[in-house]
Amino acid sequence: MKDALLRVEDLDFVYDSDRGPVKVFESLSLEIDRGEFVAVLGHNGSGKSTLAKHFNAILLPAGGTVYVDGMSTADEELLYEIRRRVGMVFQNPDNQIVANIVEEDVAFGPENLGVPSAEIRERVNDALRTVGMYGYREHAPHRLSGGQKQRVAIAGILAMKPECIVLDEPTAMLDPTGREEVMRTISALNRESGVTIVLITHHMDEAARCARVVVMDSGKIIADGPPKSVFTEIELLRSVGLAVPQTVELAYSLRQKGFDLPLNCLDVEECAQAVSALFAGRKV
Amino acid sequence: MSILRCENLTHIYGKGTPFEHVALDSVSFAMERGEFVALIGHTGSGKSTLIQHLNGLLKPDGGAVYFDEKNIWDEKSDVRKVRFKVGLVFQYPEYQLFEETVGKDIAFGPKNMGLAEDELKERVREAASFVGIDEELLEKSPFELSGGQRRRVAIAGIIAMRPEALILDEPTAGLDPRGRDEILSRIAEYRSNTGSAVLLVTHSMEDAARYAERLVVMNGAHVFMQGTPAEVFSRAEELQSAGLAVPQITRVCMRLRELGVDIDPATYTVEEAVRQLTRLKNGAAGGVPNA
Repeated sequence: MKDALLRVEDLDFVYDSDRGPVKVFESLSLEIDRGEFVAVLGHNGSGKSTLAKHFNAILLPAGGTVYVDGMSTADEELLYEIRRRVGMVFQNPDNQIVANIVEEDVAFGPENLGVPSAEIRERVNDALRTVGMYGYREHAPHRLSGGQKQRVAIAGILAMKPECIVLDEPTAMLDPTGREEVMRTISALNRESGVTIVLITHHMDEAARCARVVVMDSGKIIADGPPKSVFTEIELLRSVGLAVPQTVELAYSLRQKGFDLPLNCLDVEECAQAVSALFAGRKV
Repeated sequence: MSILRCENLTHIYGKGTPFEHVALDSVSFAMERGEFVALIGHTGSGKSTLIQHLNGLLKPDGGAVYFDEKNIWDEKSDVRKVRFKVGLVFQYPEYQLFEETVGKDIAFGPKNMGLAEDELKERVREAASFVGIDEELLEKSPFELSGGQRRRVAIAGIIAMRPEALILDEPTAGLDPRGRDEILSRIAEYRSNTGSAVLLVTHSMEDAARYAERLVVMNGAHVFMQGTPAEVFSRAEELQSAGLAVPQITRVCMRLRELGVDIDPATYTVEEAVRQLTRLKNGAAGGVPNA
C-alpha cells in the first residue's frame, strides 16, 4: 500500500495583486511518499515555492486539500502537529538564523515544542553531528560560510525530529563548495535516517541526484518521474525555460546527427561510456 | 593598450591585528579595451577584493592599479572620476536600490557625474532599454518590481554612467536558467554595442566558457591561471585539484579521451564536442580506422 506523507488534492490557490487576483494553481494534485527524495524543478514564477509553502501550512488552500500524514493543513487545531512533521529551509541563510551561538540557534525549534531541556541538549548535539557542524557549536553563526549556515538551519529543523524537510532553493545563494555540502547533507539524511526530502531547485545537476523529479510550469505539473526519464524530455524542458545537463544535451545533439545513443545517460561516466561504445563498435 | 591593469597588487585585511589576512598576494593582470574577461575562483580566493581595487574602493597595500595606463592613486589622478569610468555592480545589487522610482534610481549615478537634465533622461532611457526594463516601469517604485527586474534596474544604474569597463560580481547568483541567460546576453550585447570592456566574476565555469574570451582563475590570493578558455580548460586536472569545477562537457571529453576516443580533452562547449564527434564518425580525422 502506498504511504503518502504529503498529499495534495485538487489544490486551488489565488494571489491578490494590485492588478486583481492571480490564479497560481487550479486543481493541482500530487503525492509524495514517506522516505522519498523529490526535486521540484521550475523557473521563477512557476509556482514551486507557493506549493512548498502549502506543505506545512504557511499557505492554506483556496480550494482542494493538502494532507500531511493524513491531516488537513486547513485544520487549525492540527497546525502544531503538521509543523512538527514538516520543517522548512529557505533560500537565504541570513534570514533564518535567530540566535548568536550556533547551538542556541539549533535549540530554538525544540524549545518551542516544549521538549525537556536534557533532551534538547541531546537533540541539538545529534543534529549538529548529523550535518557535520558539531565542532562549530559554540561559534557565532554570522561568521560561518553560506554552506555552513544552511547546514545549521537544517540542524535546527532536524532537532525537531521532522519526518519531512522541504528546502526552498537552499543552495541558490551558495558557492559550489557550499552547494555540495548542502546536497551531501540532505542526501545522507534521506538515505541514512529515512527523512523525506522535497528539494525546490532550478539546478539541474541537483535534481539529477534525486530519485524523483517533478517539473512545474505556470502552476501545473508538466513532468513527474525519475530524472532519467524526465531529462530526456529535452524539448519540453527547453520550452519552459529550463536547461538540461550538458551530458543529455550532448546525447540529444548527437542523436540528431544520426548517432544511435541513449538519451538517459546523466552522469559523466555513463555519458562517456555510451559515446565511446559508439566508436568501439565501428572499429570492429 | 590595456584599459585596466594591476601590477603586484597586494591587499591585507586587518593589517597589524591578530586577524591579519592576506587577501591578494602580488596579483598582476591586465584587461584590454573591449575585452570580455571572466574572473573565476572559489569563495575566499580574493575575487571580490580584487575588483574593489579596480575602481578605487580599496587602496592597495602594495603594488598599483592603472586605468588607461595611469596609476589611479597617483596624486594627479582623480579616483572619483575613475569610478565613473569603471562601473562596479556588486553581488545582489537589487538590495541597494533606494530611490522612490526606478527612473530616479537609474539616474543616481549619472546625476552625480553632473550631467544636464536632458542628457540624464536620455541615458536613463537608454540604460533601461539595454537591460530590458520597459519605459512604463520607470515611474514605479523599485519595490513593486520582481527580484529579477530589480537586479536589472541596479545594473542599468551602472550602465547609465556609460563606463568604459563594466565589472559585475556574480550578476546571475540566485537566478533561474532563463534569468541567467537573459542577463548575460544583455551584458554581451552592451559590450558589443559600446565597446566597453567587461569583467564577469562568476562561479560558473559554463558561463565563463560561453561568454568570455579570456579567463583569469584565482586561488588562495594568487592568480592561479589565465588564458583563453581552451588554454585554461586544457589544464582541467590542475583546476580540479585546486577544488575548481570544470564544465561537465569537459569532464565527459576528458573521460572519452581516456577511453580511447580521439577528442580534444579541453573541449568546453557541447557544440564543439558534437562537431568533433561528428567529424570522427565521418572518418575525417584519425582514431577510427576503416570508417
